[in-house]
Amino acid sequence: MADNGRLEVSEVGGVTVIRFVDRKILDEANIQELGKELFALVEEDNRKSLLLNFSNVEFLSSAALGKLITLDKKVKAHGGKLKLCNIRPEIYEVFAITKLNKLFDIREDEAAGLDSF
Amino acid sequence: MINSRWIWSKQQYLPSEVASGYPILQELLGQLEDADWNQHDVFGVHLAVEEALVNAIKHGNRYDESKQVHIACKLAPDLVRVEITDEGHGFDPADVPDPTADENLDNPSGRGIMLMRSFVNIQYNDAGNQVTLEKHRSDGT
Repeated sequence: MADNGRLEVSEVGGVTVIRFVDRKILDEANIQELGKELFALVEEDNRKSLLLNFSNVEFLSSAALGKLITLDKKVKAHGGKLKLCNIRPEIYEVFAITKLNKLFDIREDEAAGLDSF
Repeated sequence: MINSRWIWSKQQYLPSEVASGYPILQELLGQLEDADWNQHDVFGVHLAVEEALVNAIKHGNRYDESKQVHIACKLAPDLVRVEITDEGHGFDPADVPDPTADENLDNPSGRGIMLMRSFVNIQYNDAGNQVTLEKHRSDGT
């Protein structure tokens, strides 16, 4: 398990599981640095199977959605897959309103997310 | 019957920097929570104000240090109103493409106004450099 400051990164059966640690709030102010850390996992560490666990996330703005979209494109460009899990109902509503629940592969929990790879 | 007596209000001029509005936003959210607004309403106001502030700083003022954003918050027992004004040239909200259209779905930006509208009532002035956000309390008290 590694801590990239804002991210808790672990490997489970070949899948990189990423949890948001200190930052429960994904807003414009902190999503830029978070984005850099996430992109580095793909572009520098060459990780291909990513599962983002949102269990600590209480707030998410459109800036975070943009970073996730960019991350998804980078993962796909590297021949990998990105999935999301443990999204609480209020946060899922944001994905549904923007129809990004159709773009992203969202699973109920980490176990279901891991099984889907 | 709507009670429009303001029980709390605050206004501030903010620099055109991300996060400059967070203290007043947190104070507003605290007022809502102290008045027992439900969590969904508080989340919606939080998201709408966040998106409006970012738009004012990023798109309105273009991060110009010489420009400020004005935010004015008012709270009544069953209504919250936030007015955000930038010093930019304004825009026409009708020009913003539908972010849910298939051809726009994987654009990294363009969802702010849609999310604002989904949680609160919004009204732009004619110039497009001021937005008023309003939300009536959901539980009707």
